[in-house]
Amino acid sequence: MEIKSPKIKSIKHEEFKDNEYIDSLVAELNAAGANIVVGKLDQLMQWGHANSLWPFCFGTSCCAIEFMCLGAARYDMARFGFEVARNSPRQSDYIMCQGTITYRMAPALVRLYEQMAEPKYVIACGGCTVSGGPFKKSYCVVKGVDEIIPVDVYMPGCPPRPEAMFYGLMQLQRKIKASKFFGGHNRKEARAKFFEAKAAAEKDSALRAEHMRLAEESKAPVLER
Amino acid sequence: MANIQEKISALCPSATFDESGELLLVNVPDENWHALAKALKEELHFDLLNAVAGVDWKESLGCMYYLTNTETQEMIHVKVATTDRETPRLHTVSDVWAVANYQEREVYDFFGIEFINHPDMRRFFLRNDWVGYPLRKDYDANPELNPLRLEAEENEDDTYALVEDEKGEIKRVDKKVFGPDEYVINVGPQHPSTHGVMRYRAAIDGEVVKKVDVVSGYIHRGIEKLCEDLTYPSMLLYTERMDYMGAHMNRHATCLCIEKALGIEVPHRAEVIRMMMDELMRLSSHLLSYGCLTMDQGATTAFFYGFRERELIYDIFDKTCGARMSMSYDTIGGVVRDVDPEFVNDVRKACDAIEKAIPEYHKLFSGNVIALGRMKDVGTLSLEDAKNYAITGPSGRASGFHCDVRKTQPYSLYNEVEFDEVVYENGDSFDRYMVRMKEMEQSIKILRQCCDMMDKEGHQGEFCAKVPKIIKLPAGHWYQQVEASRGAFGVYLESDGEGKPFQHPYRIHFQSPCFNLVGVVDLTCKDNLIADLITITASLDYVIPDIDR
Repeated sequence: MEIKSPKIKSIKHEEFKDNEYIDSLVAELNAAGANIVVGKLDQLMQWGHANSLWPFCFGTSCCAIEFMCLGAARYDMARFGFEVARNSPRQSDYIMCQGTITYRMAPALVRLYEQMAEPKYVIACGGCTVSGGPFKKSYCVVKGVDEIIPVDVYMPGCPPRPEAMFYGLMQLQRKIKASKFFGGHNRKEARAKFFEAKAAAEKDSALRAEHMRLAEESKAPVLER
Repeated sequence: MANIQEKISALCPSATFDESGELLLVNVPDENWHALAKALKEELHFDLLNAVAGVDWKESLGCMYYLTNTETQEMIHVKVATTDRETPRLHTVSDVWAVANYQEREVYDFFGIEFINHPDMRRFFLRNDWVGYPLRKDYDANPELNPLRLEAEENEDDTYALVEDEKGEIKRVDKKVFGPDEYVINVGPQHPSTHGVMRYRAAIDGEVVKKVDVVSGYIHRGIEKLCEDLTYPSMLLYTERMDYMGAHMNRHATCLCIEKALGIEVPHRAEVIRMMMDELMRLSSHLLSYGCLTMDQGATTAFFYGFRERELIYDIFDKTCGARMSMSYDTIGGVVRDVDPEFVNDVRKACDAIEKAIPEYHKLFSGNVIALGRMKDVGTLSLEDAKNYAITGPSGRASGFHCDVRKTQPYSLYNEVEFDEVVYENGDSFDRYMVRMKEMEQSIKILRQCCDMMDKEGHQGEFCAKVPKIIKLPAGHWYQQVEASRGAFGVYLESDGEGKPFQHPYRIHFQSPCFNLVGVVDLTCKDNLIADLITITASLDYVIPDIDR
């Protein structure tokens, strides 16, 4: 069966700005081919999944306040099914990183991400999580969360307006609708690849030894243990 | 001032004075500093330590201590420095002013100055395996020294103290934060009720909290260091990203400090606009604090009411400043652009709406039996402790501390408007909550007077003074305080008078009110239930990026 471009009720397909990306995902799926029974089941799952996305609040700074506005009465994200902000990673579908991620926070973020159940998605909300934002030159800020976890949707802004957040969340809905739930594209494999590449760069023992040697040669005092 | 100078030189003959700056500067050698600090507090009643700013003067390293006498509102500042750059050591004053405990840990983290007799010398913001001290001028910023590490910190329970014996010999004593038989619960860093990424480690006995260890720095972004590489106008953007619920006030404080250094007179109309923005921000902040406090105690409905009125304020910001948050509106010499033609009408409407809504808030939450049970007589902070820990703002005033900077050291046009300083006496969670509710009424009162002032000034007019295109400050240092949403926000600015063609601040230190608030978490939570930790911290109402900066 043929998979069509995803439709969501809230905005028309033409009004999104980057339809090529979604179209390419659809083309990829069609090229692989889909069984008619599994395809129909897939559509049902995607419909349900895309309309009941539960966020995991990971608010570190300003963007979290705008996210609270998103949950409050005027913007009311419950209309689109992003309803119940969960405080446990185990109950949520996507993690929305709101605010700067620092070196001290990074291990905690990765750990929380690993605790989430599949299928899981990541939204980088705000300039800091996209690229480091105004703190890019800082000595202890992660230059974009995609350095440590794979990101599905980027939302620029400092902080993004609630409307922009909705746009980003709808993009996530579309992305879910253009993916396979049963078989086909293997999310776990793709994710494993991402982390393997990171680990290779990070934990290269030779590199690490070099760091330690540099630390000892540097004039900066080394903390006694 | 001359009087104080005489008294200090009688107490400490080796002190030298400098009256050329805005405040009296006392230079004290380190060996006399602790004795003088004690005398300053007990005999001259300088009972409030406003700020401790560590500075690297290249030939020496040291601290600036800003002190206030809370009765007469006199301020002095003391400079203590050491020329030893290899193992810089100073004497602690954390036993004189309790607030110095965390302040000195911050200085240790940034400059590597160790404090003799300080009980707990751990880093405050950075990981304990961090190499180097970032705010030193000779800091090696090579990212290979401090790479992004994805493994958790080790040995976070280890700490040490430098103990001086009677002979003057200094010994290092290794310590542990928690004993082997203490049962420690971890709260945070990602916890829905810590209002951000704060982490507590609480030692509990059954359900009763015995000790709370604060682990901060999960959102430390190095703003003070970043500012040192920017010009004065461009550095302003960071001020709003610290306490985003006091964005206008923080920016106002920094602008006031630079204007003071440059001697710029701000047009009257611009000051009125700034003041209105400050008060709108305060309303917005207190509404958020109401929403969060109620939600933390399970009253989710009340949260929606608080946010309903906040949207009105957001609309005003949106129309005039062009953004809902991170407004970037105040600038050196005034404000960036003129107000929206509808501004004054909108403010009046918002005032009416919020005034009408306040009784509704009280009806929803204030009289609730559960709320009263959880907040009354819980987390009491006495007046002495409030002064000792320099707790200002609504939390300080709940303990009966008259600390409103708008009253004690009026800035902007606060002496032209009429309003009352809201002061309660018990200092428990409920009083802290009530102070905020009452302050909203006062903010509305100020806003209405400002609207009348704006009517006189006209809806269009001067909004910024003439400011040189390239801003250069003479050599010197300045300190400016304003009343932000959560307490006295101070800016310490030092300029070396050099730099071509653009000048960067030599050192800028932001004394955030929330930094002090987190210092009393241990004190207020002790002997309360672990569930009350959430209520107490919610009623203290701090913003984490303001603590970590």
